[in-house]
Amino acid sequence: MRHVIALLIENESGALSRVSGLFSARGYNIESLTVAPTEDASLSRMTIVTSGSDDIIEQITKQLNKLVDVVKVVDISESAHVERELMLIKVRATGKDREEMKRMADIFRGRIIDATDSSYIIELTGNQTKLDSFIGAIDTTLILETVRSGIVGIGRGDRILKL
Amino acid sequence: MVLTGAEIVIRCLQEEKVDYVFGYPGGAVLFIYDALFQQEKVRHILVRHEQAAIHAADAYARSTETVGVALVTSGPGATNAVTGIATAYCDSIPMVIISGQVPTAAIGQDAFQEVDTVGITRPCVKHNFLVKDAADIASTIKKAFHLAKTGRPGPVLVDIPKDVSAQSAEYHYPKSVEMRSYNPVVKGHQGQIKKALKLLLEAKRPMIYTGGGVILSDAAAPLTQLVRKLGMPITNTLMGLGGYPATDKQYLGMPGMHGTYEANMSMHFSDVLLAVGARFDDRVIGDPAHFAAEPRKIIHIDIDPSSISKRVKVDVPIVGDVKEVLEELARLLDDSKHEQDTASLATWWRQIDEWRSRDCMKYKNSDEIIKPQYVVEKLWEVTGGDAFITSDVGQHQMWAAQYYKFDKPRRWLNSGGLGTMGVGMPYAMGAQLAHPDAQVACVTGEASIQMNIQELSTCKQFRLPIKICNLNNRYLGMVRQWQELFHGGRYSESYMDSLPDFAKLAEAYGHIGIRVDRPADVEGALREAFSRKNDLVFLDFQIDQTENVYPMVQGGKGLTEMILSAEDL
Repeated sequence: MRHVIALLIENESGALSRVSGLFSARGYNIESLTVAPTEDASLSRMTIVTSGSDDIIEQITKQLNKLVDVVKVVDISESAHVERELMLIKVRATGKDREEMKRMADIFRGRIIDATDSSYIIELTGNQTKLDSFIGAIDTTLILETVRSGIVGIGRGDRILKL
Repeated sequence: MVLTGAEIVIRCLQEEKVDYVFGYPGGAVLFIYDALFQQEKVRHILVRHEQAAIHAADAYARSTETVGVALVTSGPGATNAVTGIATAYCDSIPMVIISGQVPTAAIGQDAFQEVDTVGITRPCVKHNFLVKDAADIASTIKKAFHLAKTGRPGPVLVDIPKDVSAQSAEYHYPKSVEMRSYNPVVKGHQGQIKKALKLLLEAKRPMIYTGGGVILSDAAAPLTQLVRKLGMPITNTLMGLGGYPATDKQYLGMPGMHGTYEANMSMHFSDVLLAVGARFDDRVIGDPAHFAAEPRKIIHIDIDPSSISKRVKVDVPIVGDVKEVLEELARLLDDSKHEQDTASLATWWRQIDEWRSRDCMKYKNSDEIIKPQYVVEKLWEVTGGDAFITSDVGQHQMWAAQYYKFDKPRRWLNSGGLGTMGVGMPYAMGAQLAHPDAQVACVTGEASIQMNIQELSTCKQFRLPIKICNLNNRYLGMVRQWQELFHGGRYSESYMDSLPDFAKLAEAYGHIGIRVDRPADVEGALREAFSRKNDLVFLDFQIDQTENVYPMVQGGKGLTEMILSAEDL
């Protein structure tokens, strides 16, 4: 089962490798991992998308908690939460494709953030499925380059991950 | 007060009341060694290889209640230390390792003797630090000691670049440590402890299984009291030997791959199993599916939540310090109105005694050739069962664990988790330094002892009168045993030709060496060795080459599927 784990970790050098090293050493999956400092610059927040049986997920959260630099760990996919991912996609946009690409971006509520005479960069945010659907909906031969941020996630309402 | 980084390091060690630092100098730690030279409180033990420094400091910690401290230089100093650090990590031994690093400006430049020590050691330490400013040294070392000894203990490494040890900074040693990310649970959950007690008292076939956690939290005394009061059977794992007196009638011997028949059968067929500071590892329970197939309720007390329900599902988890929880359990037992099911317990003991009557530890002694089991039995007799026994890894380790009856904790020092050959002699060094007047023996084999044989020189320099009992069978015995049993007797690279004359080798280092060939001479040689209170004596016992360790649960098999002796094959 897919799980989204959010954690707060001391913003110190090597923090990321402690977490990624744990996953590789114990053979856990990482589908995506994002990390950036929070409003408190001494803390970083990570969102890790992983998968595994309940036993494995239990071990993952315990092992993460055991890391000395980790302050808090929450499996946010255990209850209502919001996930978003950012994608920047550079596509060929010439002739009739140019108009078509603009239309598709509009349908998916994407924004064209850069344009040359032959290409667009489209910015798209949403959950994973939405971004996948966009890629599925356009002519893939027109894709020049894509970059995705990986998921960031946050619990809804009163579920707050803070110090 | 303004001091150099190096002086701060030494001051911190003094603050932590460190008696001994085990180490080896080199370029990146020259300033620290200079500061060490200019004081007398912290004494330094110069080993002959950094691996031995870590092992000796590790044993110092194992045999006392203190944190072991080692000091190594950058690059090869640090990489040589890695095996020692991983060994301590696997057995949760509190240690602080200080390593030198190339100067800050040279980091990342592929400088001479540069490795990414923090990166290399990350998976085998509890935590590590790279100190970039002399002003941070004191608080970092304070944290290192705090992390090493609290919660589930473990080694902590502090990497200090050479320029940082030369810089000056204001020195102030913090009194306490606050870490928002690190607050290990000490007290167990009251409700869970009550639940555990109820289960235990209602049990028809209770069994108590304890590991290294009992030793580490100094819980042998409360454990012993509690178990005696409950009248239940108990087993101690390889790491937990001495947690409960081995000569007591409630003790069933060690469980696991080379455990006793009665311990394994009782583990398997218990209806309530109380696990204390143990982790159900593969050498103890064998195949976890086979173990789980027999229904039983499991209570698990451990300081590390990640050890609970890792390999075996647990019914009553109790996270907390083993000693605290056992004491609480004893208090609740005193106040409890629950009646123990004594009739069922008596029936259970009859069953256990029947298993015991198989006498699975018996072996055929000989007048012609020395049996390794006999050597260990005599060692136990000659030392009055009161020595510090270290071992290396292999058959001799199992024989020492099986035949030396440990009645006290912290007397048995071995590499249980990582299984590191070469720990035996450095462990004996650490134990002897911690207990100068005690009898210390290293039970080893001719293969293991050669992995750190150079330490005979350290033993001479520091006059460490350890006794080395080399169970010499000219084979990598445990490898040979597995090849005999599971690889059609094809002894691939397990025979060692061209062995040295160990007695002469010991003499070359300035010690006493005695070769023992006949069973009749075993006891005399041991008595002679231990009567020489100030000398290291190397006893080279020529033992039966074909002897195997039994009982045995093959890898991947269930606990009840034991081979009791060669006749079972």
